[in-house]
Amino acid sequence: MATRSEASGNARISVRDVTMAYGDFVLMRGLTFDVKRGNVFVIMGGSGCGKSSLLRHMIGLHEPAAGEILYDGDSFTHADPEHRDELLRRMGVLYQQGALWSSMTLAENVALPLGEYTKLSAREIREVACLKLALVGLKGFEDYYPSQISGGMRKRAGLARAMALDPDILFFDEPSAGLDPISSRLLDDLILALRDSLGATVVVVTHELASIFTIADDSVFLDADTRRMIARGNPKDLVEHCPEEKVRRFLTRSAEPVEQPA
Amino acid sequence: MVVRLAGAWRLGGTTPAVDPVAEQLRGTRPRALRFDAGGLGAWDTSLLAFLDRLENAAAEREVTVERGALPEGVTRLLDLAHAVPSRTGSDGAKKRDGLLARTGLAAIALLAGGREVVTFVGRLTQAIGRLVTGRARFRGVDLAVFLQDTGAAALPIVTLISFLVGVILAFVGAVQLKQFGAQIYVADLVGLAMVRQMGALMAAIIMAGRTGAAFAAQLGAMKVNEEIDALTTMGIPPLDFLVLPRFLALVLMMPLLCIYADVLGIVGGFVVGTSILGISLSQYWNQTVNAIDLMDCLPGLIMSVFFGALVAVFGCLRGMQCEGSSSAVGDAATSAVVSGIVSIIVADAVFTVLFDILGI
Ligand SMILES: Nc1ncnc2c1ncn2[C@@H]1O[C@H](COP(=O)(O)OP(=O)(O)OP(=O)(O)O)[C@@H](O)[C@H]1O
Ligand SMILES: [Mg+2]
Repeated sequence: MATRSEASGNARISVRDVTMAYGDFVLMRGLTFDVKRGNVFVIMGGSGCGKSSLLRHMIGLHEPAAGEILYDGDSFTHADPEHRDELLRRMGVLYQQGALWSSMTLAENVALPLGEYTKLSAREIREVACLKLALVGLKGFEDYYPSQISGGMRKRAGLARAMALDPDILFFDEPSAGLDPISSRLLDDLILALRDSLGATVVVVTHELASIFTIADDSVFLDADTRRMIARGNPKDLVEHCPEEKVRRFLTRSAEPVEQPA
Repeated sequence: MVVRLAGAWRLGGTTPAVDPVAEQLRGTRPRALRFDAGGLGAWDTSLLAFLDRLENAAAEREVTVERGALPEGVTRLLDLAHAVPSRTGSDGAKKRDGLLARTGLAAIALLAGGREVVTFVGRLTQAIGRLVTGRARFRGVDLAVFLQDTGAAALPIVTLISFLVGVILAFVGAVQLKQFGAQIYVADLVGLAMVRQMGALMAAIIMAGRTGAAFAAQLGAMKVNEEIDALTTMGIPPLDFLVLPRFLALVLMMPLLCIYADVLGIVGGFVVGTSILGISLSQYWNQTVNAIDLMDCLPGLIMSVFFGALVAVFGCLRGMQCEGSSSAVGDAATSAVVSGIVSIIVADAVFTVLFDILGI
């Protein structure tokens, strides 16, 4: 297999000099960062700057125009299909729009991966699916179709499906968008519980400052104007010490320039 | 230069054009543009749009704009509209190319399109290989639903169309054959035409419009909704899970629909023959049975299997190619029907020549 780089001993995911492009349109270049094992890693940035795109690159739905993505030091970008499938099986993804399979009930949505990859009986699968749905507050909605529930509920059902196989890497695209403050708070608790009890590595795209400060161990900030990442680190440090004014403004939610504290 | 704004500015009403002011800007080249909003009544977005265009025109001619006299609400909204600089470097707003460039691009797109079809068929073949070796994964219920949908559910429309095709064939034939007093041969005409060609063709065209479009719309919506990505990241190949059951259902059901259409077409001819041409039931029956032997059914059946595959391939491919929004789903459905029908007709022509050469 690919070489194991020395530096990435503790890195679950390494993004190495990645350029993202759609055709001729370059979205971001020179993205380089590590996501450490058992961390909650937040991707921040203005709307439309390419956060979802970065997530889609990290899970192999788009190929980087340049650079490479490694999992545990092994290349994901250049992996053969079997190896890729194996890696994918250990990931859970929540899409920005939920992306539930619309022809299946919520329970069937959660059950499908279980049926594919476990040897559980039909009854056990159903039990696990119901448990996962209960975890995101959807008890009693097992037999609803995605079209019959609200946007926020769809998001949560997507979360339950992402967690179906107890993956050790989770990708959440704006998990709290469309949720009320209380559900959003519960979701933060859930994410922290996943990290602390299951040791999961969680990559989250979010705009919500409260949850950024609650959950993030580490983060990157993508900037649409320069097409680069302009900050890296724990948001609590960034808000005080980041040299980039844009980042401090983002983290303090101010339209006016903020002074950099001495 | 001072622009005096007066009266009510409503989107529903008429508002003055920017051009005369812009013309004057060019002619007189003033140093600054000021406003007098003393007589301004109620206003809405129409005023903002006017001012925005005016400011753009002024900026082009390097005339400074002094917003001082404008109502505060107007200035604030204008500021907000300019708070986020417009995006550059995206290919959303591309310039229009010249004729030569467009021809070239169209040719490249055509080639790329053909490539995609070939790739898709290749992938599908691999999936069928997995199916044969028992490694393909899709849900049995899905296959059952599609079998029902492409079979029983399509019967009413197939009944109507093929019956009428039989009637039409009989009418057209009768007019000619009557001149020779050979009405009885209407039975041969309708029977052979239905069995060798029209049954398969009609069933295929109906299914292209009905099921091909439905497949494209279903898969297109799933693609737009990231449902297909969700399958991929679960390690479940969408081709196995989504395309294979649809493909199998159509390939299995199309020959059956073809036989059904053949029979209904013959019934149509029979109704015309007995009611208008005065042929008796038994005469018509005997004539039909003598005219058609089982080998005549073979071409239609062979073709219908291929037509089923074509409809399924184009329906699913166009759906999977869908990008972007829900309007893309509509385009996918249209394109699935068009390419489905075109490919059916082309394949029909090829097959007919081929069968002729082979003597079937
Ligand atoms: N499939 C695609 N083809 C072409 N351009 C795309 C595609 N997907 C996204 N883009 C472009 O890439 C840019 C980034 O999109 P993306 O969805 O990654 O943004 P985002 O940061 O997730 O935004 P938001 O916070 O609103 O979700 C957008 O400007 C969009 O126009
Ligand atoms: Mg996004």
